[in-house]
Amino acid sequence: MTAVTETIPARKPNVLLQTLNRNRLSWVGIGLLALILLSAIFAPLLAPHDPLQQNILNRLEGPSPEFWLGTDSYGRDVLSRLLYGTRVSLLVGFLSVLIAMTVGSAIGIFAGYVGGMVDQLIMGLVDVMLSFPTLLLGLMVAAMLGASLENLIIAIAITETAPFVRIARAPTISAKRKEYVEAGRALGFSPLRIMGVHILPNILSDIVVVASLWMASAIRTEASLSFIGLGVQPPTPTWGGMIREGFENILSSWWLVVFPSLAILLTVLALNILGDALRDAIDPKLKGES
Amino acid sequence: MTRYIIRRLLAAIPTLLAMLTMVFVLVRLVPGDAAMAMLGDQASEASLSALRARLGLDQPIGVQYLAFLRDMLGGNFGVSMSSGRPVLEEVARVLPYTLELTAASIIIGAIFGLPLGMVAALYRNAWPDYVSRILSLTGLSFPGFVSGILMLLAFAVYLRWFPVMSIASDNIVDHLRNLALPALNLGLIMTAYITRVTRSSMLNVLGEDYIRTARAKGVPPRRLIMRHGLRNALIPVVTVVGLYFGTLIGNSVLVELVFTRPGLGKLILGALQARDYTLLQGLMVIFASFVILVNILTDLIYAVVDPRVSYS
Repeated sequence: MTAVTETIPARKPNVLLQTLNRNRLSWVGIGLLALILLSAIFAPLLAPHDPLQQNILNRLEGPSPEFWLGTDSYGRDVLSRLLYGTRVSLLVGFLSVLIAMTVGSAIGIFAGYVGGMVDQLIMGLVDVMLSFPTLLLGLMVAAMLGASLENLIIAIAITETAPFVRIARAPTISAKRKEYVEAGRALGFSPLRIMGVHILPNILSDIVVVASLWMASAIRTEASLSFIGLGVQPPTPTWGGMIREGFENILSSWWLVVFPSLAILLTVLALNILGDALRDAIDPKLKGES
Repeated sequence: MTRYIIRRLLAAIPTLLAMLTMVFVLVRLVPGDAAMAMLGDQASEASLSALRARLGLDQPIGVQYLAFLRDMLGGNFGVSMSSGRPVLEEVARVLPYTLELTAASIIIGAIFGLPLGMVAALYRNAWPDYVSRILSLTGLSFPGFVSGILMLLAFAVYLRWFPVMSIASDNIVDHLRNLALPALNLGLIMTAYITRVTRSSMLNVLGEDYIRTARAKGVPPRRLIMRHGLRNALIPVVTVVGLYFGTLIGNSVLVELVFTRPGLGKLILGALQARDYTLLQGLMVIFASFVILVNILTDLIYAVVDPRVSYS
């Protein structure tokens, strides 16, 4: 039985490294992401002030040696709030995509493997899900569930499940006809085992690559929902929420919207650069495609 | 061709039914129920059951579902709980604003995106290609409201070229000035998408045999690129613009909020705040039907543009 497992062709890791090296921009993406991740992890050490500490005497101060990125309308330090906000964005982005990826790929592999009517029914539903604009669907679900961290993650996960069903289904259909799967079937392995042990590892790279692109989208959606007021509730700092609060004072205090905007842009850009490079690495056919 | 259109329309029926079912389920997934969500936790049992009766929520679920399908398919979207006006009327009132914004941003996207994408493809892996790729990737990374706020800050607050708030005006110049920033904002995001697709589509086409043949025959480069290359490269671009339509409308929700423009976005946010479930339900159905319709149109345009798509 182990013999079958061992014949699964493994991707050589150095191919990935080579492609990343060819696309020098991808290292910029990786570097940026590393910085963002580090600032999320070490936010308590890096933040010069308590992100929740209000000080009405210092309200709406511009960038200064004491408050590098200025203060908001409650006199809270923008830099410290920005650093802590990284945690929410990354957490929501990562968890929602993880859920969407797990559920979506399971459904996609199942649909592709079983085929027939079940497949058609599932894909019909996926088409319907895709006919709702992501942001609107997220908006509706978040509004109906109520604003909280958990509900935000669930809402974004729901909007991003359908694409993963599609992504997992197509390679499953071609993997189904490969010798190693037929061998497994001939040996009498259960469909569950074939799907989980023999098909999944072979299509995992495709799924993970797309996941990094969808994480960019998830962070964008999180920021948008927080901006509307459907995200994690104040006083917890989130980038979208900071822009929402700063927008009220946009005529006098530009720093309140500009810095969180840049944080969102850089994070999403870094993930998009990395996702693009990874996609080129996994599938040379797709090079440069959108 | 007529048969193809009919078949395509028939194929949309199951999608439409599934979409309606999903909206029905989604609205009923509200914790508690719609009546409780609208009246709040403190509402008395009497007022709750009165509202439930009015919304038909006291009926068996099967009956509710059939009534829902009948209403929606008959175009009867009900009456907005908060304004008392028919949902369709509410939508019709603001739809022109959203359509105008969407159309303007697609036009802006085509004007900038097509040449950028072509240049990137023709100078593949040279500096124009890198510049256009970085620009389009940046454009794709902007949430619509973030770029909107930054543009508002730069062009309305500091440079004062455009108004900070749009005010409805019959004067065509004022009207265009109000439209300019939001349209440019969504247009630049659209440019990013179109640049990307045009580039990859053009690269594919330029590698085709007929381009090589045409070049070997001595077709001048300009003619080769415009007539043989671009015309064929446009096909995927049309599809992507169609597919992106839903996202564009979604983005316009936030852009309308940033630029205080009337439109579907403000209607949706208002409905969410007022917990106006009939309006929300109607909006969801209308939105999704719109996207389904645009998908059908995209397929039909595809069939007209690309002679290789068979109608049979």
